Amino acid sequence: MAVSKSTAPPRSILTVLSDAFTGIFDVVFGSIQKIIGDKNMAYIFVLPNLLIFSVFILLPFFLNFGYAFTGSDNFLLADRPFVGTDNFAQLFDCESFLEPNSCREDLFWRGVFNTAGYVFFQVGWMVGISLLTAVILNRDIRGRGFFRSVFFYPVLLSPIVVALMWKWILQENGLINGVLETLTLDRIRFLTTASWARFWVIAISVWAYMGFYTLILLAGLQGIPAQLYEAAEIDGATGWQAFRRITLPLLSPTMLVVVVLALIRAVQVFDIAFAFTRGGPGTATFTMVQFIYEIGFSGDRRQGIAAAASIAMAVVLIIATLIQLRVNREDES
Amino acid sequence: MSAVKTFLTRKNGRDGKLHITDILTYTYLIVGTFVMFGPVLWLVLSSFKSSGEINTFPPRLLPYTQETVVVDGYDEPLPLYRTTLDDGRVVELAQRRRIGLESQLIDPANPDEVIKVRIENREPVESVKFSLDNFREGIEQPNFKFWTFLKNSVLVTVVATILTLFINSMAAFALSKYKFTGRDFIFLIMISTLMIPVSVVLVPIYTVILKVGWFDSLWGIIIPGAATPTGVFLLRQYMLTIPDELLDSARMDGASEWRIYSQIILPLAKPALAVLAIFSVMWRWNDFLWPFVALKSSDNFTLQVGLQTFQSDLTIQWHLILAMTVLTLLPITIVFAVLQKYITTGIATTGMK
Repeated sequence: MAVSKSTAPPRSILTVLSDAFTGIFDVVFGSIQKIIGDKNMAYIFVLPNLLIFSVFILLPFFLNFGYAFTGSDNFLLADRPFVGTDNFAQLFDCESFLEPNSCREDLFWRGVFNTAGYVFFQVGWMVGISLLTAVILNRDIRGRGFFRSVFFYPVLLSPIVVALMWKWILQENGLINGVLETLTLDRIRFLTTASWARFWVIAISVWAYMGFYTLILLAGLQGIPAQLYEAAEIDGATGWQAFRRITLPLLSPTMLVVVVLALIRAVQVFDIAFAFTRGGPGTATFTMVQFIYEIGFSGDRRQGIAAAASIAMAVVLIIATLIQLRVNREDES
Repeated sequence: MSAVKTFLTRKNGRDGKLHITDILTYTYLIVGTFVMFGPVLWLVLSSFKSSGEINTFPPRLLPYTQETVVVDGYDEPLPLYRTTLDDGRVVELAQRRRIGLESQLIDPANPDEVIKVRIENREPVESVKFSLDNFREGIEQPNFKFWTFLKNSVLVTVVATILTLFINSMAAFALSKYKFTGRDFIFLIMISTLMIPVSVVLVPIYTVILKVGWFDSLWGIIIPGAATPTGVFLLRQYMLTIPDELLDSARMDGASEWRIYSQIILPLAKPALAVLAIFSVMWRWNDFLWPFVALKSSDNFTLQVGLQTFQSDLTIQWHLILAMTVLTLLPITIVFAVLQKYITTGIATTGMK
């Protein structure tokens, strides 16, 4: 066996450990292989992942329907009476879908509207700013690695840390208000004014995640051959034309990935808004996921409603994914 | 228009001259650096401020503390103030006592003579001091058990990442290098759940954890996310590019399937494994919603859950929250500072295809 043993004399503890690990598993897997045959080893390899996947992802996915069609505040499915589509009917019981106050589950619809507004603005700003940053980083600049890391750094911070950090900056006696005061302007109650709180939840999340999308777009930009721009220059194309006719079309597959990823993530907005304002002031930054959490786990524990709401959210996510696949396919053909 | 063109497409620097677009570029980058790092820097600077200083408005950039002086005949050190005497001399005096709007100052060298000054006529003597008091006090808080939370977070992140890499790579190996009944079906099912976030299955996954007996245990945090379809997909796509001939020739040499996996596939898939490891560490360290739902006793909290619970307790003060926030972001910042080159290039090249 040529591959198994390295002949290099100095062996670190790590190599010894990994060799021991490989050896032990080799004995176990080897004897299984003798019994079931080479080809069937695939089942053994896929088994651990499949088992965890089935129990903790697939099973809950189907159980969700069980909850959505049953009532009461009991967590055990067997003890919950079947109520048919009552939960959905209750969720969608509105006199006017444009007016959350007219709905029986007005909190859910506030969550829906807040989330929709957030998705619309956040994805737009995110893609725009990421693209601008990626274009700038793609230029022949000094210290590109450094600046790339600078824009990426907040991606690593946890939503709770991000929210607390900005809460500290934006609070009444915070840095921004300090600057306003120094400029002899009035202080602003950023955290307790509905429109400002909404604005900042969007701005903070763009700040936190844009580095990730910038990296993906930058990789896409770097994949565009430089000769195309040289040819365009010879043909006398203006910069805007080159950007529109070369960069944007060739970048569109990457753009699509970015838009869909940003969209899917935006629909699930929760952590930052929750830690920042706890959904407030009032319900100004109350999101769909917070509705699922609060209805299902705190207070009245109506899991049926929570499950129905989460299925409604899943439908939105699935539609977004399908659109992506559709556009992708058209792109390829 | 040509300015726009240069801005969007030019790879400059060849002629060595600074163009207007270069100025715009560097302005953007420098302002960007300020915007991205500024909040973190402000947080860190603020965390060194004393509880009194932290409420000063408008806030000051650096943490200041008032200087004190030990005076004979007084048990406690007295705060120092600067004031102008009647004869025009500016002196630094210790405040013995304050009565209403009047401050009784004494010269530390001559503690018997009391000088009475109105409080608006004296200014505290301050110096910049990075005090660790907030951190010390924060760690000793009974409702923020920093070391316990840190231990839990590290444990969850490390164990979950190792487990994820192990089982995902095995599954990806099976799905990319074998033909077996049900393979395409399994792959399809996994792919179609790629976009199902935990928030969609929050209620039923909670029940499953209750049934399994992992509620309020770290296993309930580690295991459910380990079989991530994203990881399997990422690794499978990468492993497809490894030529089958390598495997066949190893089989000819008598290598077992396990040996092929552990000694051919794994070393060759290192770049993809590294990217998955980065993602996994990021997901696990920053994970909030699921641990928040699945953990109950504070002895099992991760840092994120602990921090959120700590901050929503209204009696807690900002100076402690800030110090604990800094401690929470510190580990991942150090990891990033060391590995930033690999992380950014790794995600840009292999990640999210």
